Amino acid sequence: MTAPQPPQQPAFAQAPQPGQPGMPPQQQWTGPAAPYVYVSPIPVRKANLGDALRSEWTKIRSVRSTLWTLGVMLVLILGIGLLAAGVVSGTDTELDSDASPLGLGFFGVLLSTICVMTLGVLTISSEFGTGLIRTTLTACPDRARVLTAKAIVFFLLTFVLTLVATTLVAMFDSAMLADQWDGEFTGAAYFKATVGVSLFIATLGLVALAVGALLRHSAGAITVMLGVVLLPLVVAMFMFGESLEKVRKALFEYSIPNQLAVFYGTDASEAASGPTGWEPLWIVLVVAALALGGAYTSLVKRDA
Amino acid sequence: MIEAVGLTKRYGAKTAVHNLSFQVRPGAVTGFLGPNGSGKSTTMRMILGLDMPTSGHVTIGGHPFRKLPNAPRQVGALLDAKAVHGGRSARMHLLSLAQLAGIPARRVDEVLGVVGLQDVAKRRSKGFSLGMGQRLGIAAALLGDPQVLLFDEPVNGLDPEGILWVRNLMKQLAAEGRTVFVSSHLMSEMALTADHLVVIGRGQLLADMSVQDFISANSADFARVRTPDTEPEGREKLTAALVEAGGQVLSEPDGALRVTGVPLPRISDLAHGADVRLWELSPHQASLEEAYMRMTQGAVDYRSTADQRAHLQHADPYGYGPGAPAPQGWAAPAGNPYPALAGEQPNPYAQAMPPQAAPQQPLGAPAPQGIPQAPPAPPVPPAAPAAPSTPPPGAAPSGPADLTKRDSEDAR
Repeated sequence: MTAPQPPQQPAFAQAPQPGQPGMPPQQQWTGPAAPYVYVSPIPVRKANLGDALRSEWTKIRSVRSTLWTLGVMLVLILGIGLLAAGVVSGTDTELDSDASPLGLGFFGVLLSTICVMTLGVLTISSEFGTGLIRTTLTACPDRARVLTAKAIVFFLLTFVLTLVATTLVAMFDSAMLADQWDGEFTGAAYFKATVGVSLFIATLGLVALAVGALLRHSAGAITVMLGVVLLPLVVAMFMFGESLEKVRKALFEYSIPNQLAVFYGTDASEAASGPTGWEPLWIVLVVAALALGGAYTSLVKRDA
Repeated sequence: MIEAVGLTKRYGAKTAVHNLSFQVRPGAVTGFLGPNGSGKSTTMRMILGLDMPTSGHVTIGGHPFRKLPNAPRQVGALLDAKAVHGGRSARMHLLSLAQLAGIPARRVDEVLGVVGLQDVAKRRSKGFSLGMGQRLGIAAALLGDPQVLLFDEPVNGLDPEGILWVRNLMKQLAAEGRTVFVSSHLMSEMALTADHLVVIGRGQLLADMSVQDFISANSADFARVRTPDTEPEGREKLTAALVEAGGQVLSEPDGALRVTGVPLPRISDLAHGADVRLWELSPHQASLEEAYMRMTQGAVDYRSTADQRAHLQHADPYGYGPGAPAPQGWAAPAGNPYPALAGEQPNPYAQAMPPQAAPQQPLGAPAPQGIPQAPPAPPVPPAAPAAPSTPPPGAAPSGPADLTKRDSEDAR
């Protein structure tokens, strides 16, 4: 046991290594307390959002759950999209002018939302589950920056991958079924079925990320998100009463699968009510903004 | 420098930390002690700005943690060895933290070398043992080469070599002028590592003093005296002489005498004067563990009771049934193994439990007013921080403290 050192005893400070190039002047910390005596030779640089983005990119690419969820997502979108087109092209049926071949990509994308939502939840809730969030927030006390970096990295990753997959499906499907369809491929329809769908899916993933940050529990948050997708349809199916007809219709039209279908439908096929055109994207963007706002408040205010 | 002022944290009706004020100074290893559930980890989280105090505040170098400029370069912490994503490799875990803090990536390989994990850096941390997890957590704390370091139970799960390494690392970090704040349950470890102690119980400050002050304030040193077993009358003569000289004498189970209040040379003189031969005359300085147990005895939340096995007991031919007396030397846990001595400043937290019968019966005259401290034993030679490969003498780490042991003089 060493003798206890009185606090005023000067401990030897480690001098900065002279060989370090580009060393900024060491800022001596002069608070009300005694100044520090140890000065790190490693140059001090203020961390920013770019550093947090790099960190989140490292995190998201270094776990297998990312590989699995995004891999399954690609398989679902490409596999089901191309399979559906293959089946239709083999049957000699003529497609309605209302139903564009692009719409055959719908089923794969709908199933892939499960993967995207799972990854969105896991991106943040796995940190809470393991306690890693405390280490993260010790390394970066700016909690809003951590959540922003997570949201940006996750959004861009899912958006790019979904865009690649939906574009491939749209190209192959329209090429395979061009003979069996008398309609006309418009740039706007292409754009909606690729960029529009990808934006919608990635934003839906952001909602999942926000729910994960709010609930801090992987299984709970994933369950909530599955409920959000499935429950309106299921509930609508069992609403028989005449008086509930309006509610039933609204639930059906604003359910996630139906909103997703809007991106594939031609404008003429749309009913008078319900979302049309790009409206589903605006709706999900507003929901995501609200959920993320709650997530920011929760993360900043609550104990980690 | 860490400074807590009136720190209080309530979770609903439960007060985890109450009005805690202390300072942790640079250049020394400060141990943070307390029973389970006493609020150590909560305090650590509040220092790091992870939990908001209900009232009061804590600052590091004059700033709250979340307002620190370049916080990860000022403060490093190990809170929980299991706080890693099991699917991520050690290197990727550290790399993500380094990138988040704006620390050059080559620093990751440096700290991996420092903690000795360079060979398993590419392996997923799911397969790590608790000791490897602790090393990974220490690596994360060292990433920013910070001036302030917090470690919550850093030696849990480490092998003896690892414990020695952590001890030397803490001392070395403190010697470089850093502030090192370490919580631990291992008293023997703290006695070897810490220079200063902050002790809490039930969320309140019990002590904030140097290790030596803590031990001498919370324990009584004594001399162990043994007279020849063949001459019981010599023992009585010596006891009478010692009591006459103002000492307090307790008899130990093996027939030795525990003497306080009389310095060792004087005991020898008295024995010589009484014409009594001595087989043993040895100084005993109380251990940190004993001092700690004495201080925190009333502030323990989770206390074990004797395992009665009442319903499982058949007629026992060997006579060790529930009613049978326990073998000698095994004090029932309900009893107070560290009774307040006469003249000892009573610990307010110790009063929660009424003092039980002392394990040793005083012999002879009434206790004198106040017990002068016996001369402290020579300090154990310090563990050399610069030589991690050679274990310092007497530094053999011991396992978790046996709480039912009465005295563990050899724990240091």
